[in-house]
Amino acid sequence: MSEKQVTRRNFLYVTTGAFAAAGAASLAWPFVDQMNPDASVKALASTEIDLRPIIPGQSITVMWRGKPVFIRRRTQAEIDEAKKVNLADLPHPEEDSDRAQNPEWLVMVGICTHLGCVPLGQKGDYNGWFCPCHGSHYDTSGRIRKGPAPTNLEIPDYVFLNETTIKIG
Amino acid sequence: MSENYAPKSAVGRWFNDRLPLLNLIYGHLLPYPTPKNLNYWWTFGGILTFCLVTQIITGLVLAMHYVADADLAFASVEHIMRDVNYGWLLRYIHANGASLFFMAVYIHMARSLFYGSYKEPRELIWIIGVFIFLLMIATAFMGYVLPWGQMSFWGATVITNLFSAIPLVGESVTNWLWGGYAVGSPLLTRFFTLHYLMPFLIFALVILHVWALHVPGNNNPEGINVVQGSQDTVPFHPHYVVKDMFALVVFLVVFAGFVFFVPNLLGHTDNYIEANPLQTPEHIVPEWYFLPFYAILRSVPDKLGGVILMVSAIAILAFLPWLDTSKVRSAKYRPLYRQFVWLFFANVILLGYLGAQTADGLFLIIGRIATAYYFAHFIIILPLLGYIEKTKPLPKSLSEPVLSPEERQMKAAASGASA
Repeated sequence: MSEKQVTRRNFLYVTTGAFAAAGAASLAWPFVDQMNPDASVKALASTEIDLRPIIPGQSITVMWRGKPVFIRRRTQAEIDEAKKVNLADLPHPEEDSDRAQNPEWLVMVGICTHLGCVPLGQKGDYNGWFCPCHGSHYDTSGRIRKGPAPTNLEIPDYVFLNETTIKIG
Repeated sequence: MSENYAPKSAVGRWFNDRLPLLNLIYGHLLPYPTPKNLNYWWTFGGILTFCLVTQIITGLVLAMHYVADADLAFASVEHIMRDVNYGWLLRYIHANGASLFFMAVYIHMARSLFYGSYKEPRELIWIIGVFIFLLMIATAFMGYVLPWGQMSFWGATVITNLFSAIPLVGESVTNWLWGGYAVGSPLLTRFFTLHYLMPFLIFALVILHVWALHVPGNNNPEGINVVQGSQDTVPFHPHYVVKDMFALVVFLVVFAGFVFFVPNLLGHTDNYIEANPLQTPEHIVPEWYFLPFYAILRSVPDKLGGVILMVSAIAILAFLPWLDTSKVRSAKYRPLYRQFVWLFFANVILLGYLGAQTADGLFLIIGRIATAYYFAHFIIILPLLGYIEKTKPLPKSLSEPVLSPEERQMKAAASGASA
């Protein structure tokens, strides 16, 4: 055989193989996807919170999608501290105004961005949050300042439904 | 050997003619030629098989009472401890059995490192062993999550969050693993399923491990090649069956000591507090057998870097047969390696100690040095030693090192006369 010829048999062989591979892959997907968050989990994806009972300097923790969310009514001193930080000093630079829709209310997911522990409030070197697991320090805006966490505490999607109620998610 | 075997009973012969299963068992367990100088470090293979079977049997009966649901799991474990007949005993055997399983596997691996059992022609036995070790890690970790105590929950949180370090797809992967947006019931149920499955995969790999072992035969403390069926070998039964049994009994004394006198010594008290997703314990520590790897994870200030280094610490073992360039197996005949291997063992123990401490200040600095040394052992020291080390002369047979000078002379004369 000097030159390879594409025969009818080659063609059938390749197409059959391709169909079998595509079929196997599409059949594999349900087995993989069944592990993703299901409809009942997704249905719990938003929470409404009444902010009236919280006084300045007080925080509450609410559950949203199985995770703790910190809602802190910040004092003026904390807001000032968060605003005067030089962005160049931050590992993950973000303006405080981008993190709080209303400077008085800081709403963020209470999960350390390192390995998922719950940081302790009003602790650490920056008077914000401190994660006891591996020693990450966050400031009064929930921004990472020191320690192994790569990013600032996550801000969930939320809207003020009125002056005193927010909806997370 | 096995070909000549004929079962004594008529039923046995009838069966064996149709399925030579008895032949197979006989050949691998009874006359199988074994080097005559194996010491007690070689008994851990048998001990590990015992551990695996114990975990499977106790796990099977615990699964009859356990409920894998976030709302019920903790209570069902307490139910096992208080209400189920002998539930306390079965659970304590299973929990301490996991610890002793790791104790035995670390000794088994250390023996291989010391006597060079991973070298040609036994590389594949070693690599299968590394996979068994990986599966053991996964199984033990998932098993520790099942009681749904504080350490279970936060251990699961920290470890599953390791996957979020993967660039781009990290978050989707963790949500997929969790079946939600945080550790919860879906994760617990799937961990239970996999925890039940994995021991059987380990069992299958153990069969391959032993099969691969029985091709070249056992290594031995001298690390020299032994001709199967020569004067240097003895049949596995009764010699090593009895030796293994004796070692197993001694091991069982230790096992029983843990189960009956200090069943919670190796556990963590926080795991008797039910999981609370809103409160992280002050100090999260994994089970003792993961501490060296945990120390490596924490020694890196970068999240992804830490994860990569921890995974590499185990993965690098699979490449060991090629990283060690020396042809001489046993550390007995390698004066430099002999010192470095002890240094390596000491370093791993140091890492284990550091893994239990808080990761700051001096501990963090020592942790970084120890981590660097762990990798240096594999990628600098071992490859170099093969070239610079002057090894001692190897004996010609297993008898030679234990004979007196007179006996040696007599033997030499006899072999000279016969030649």
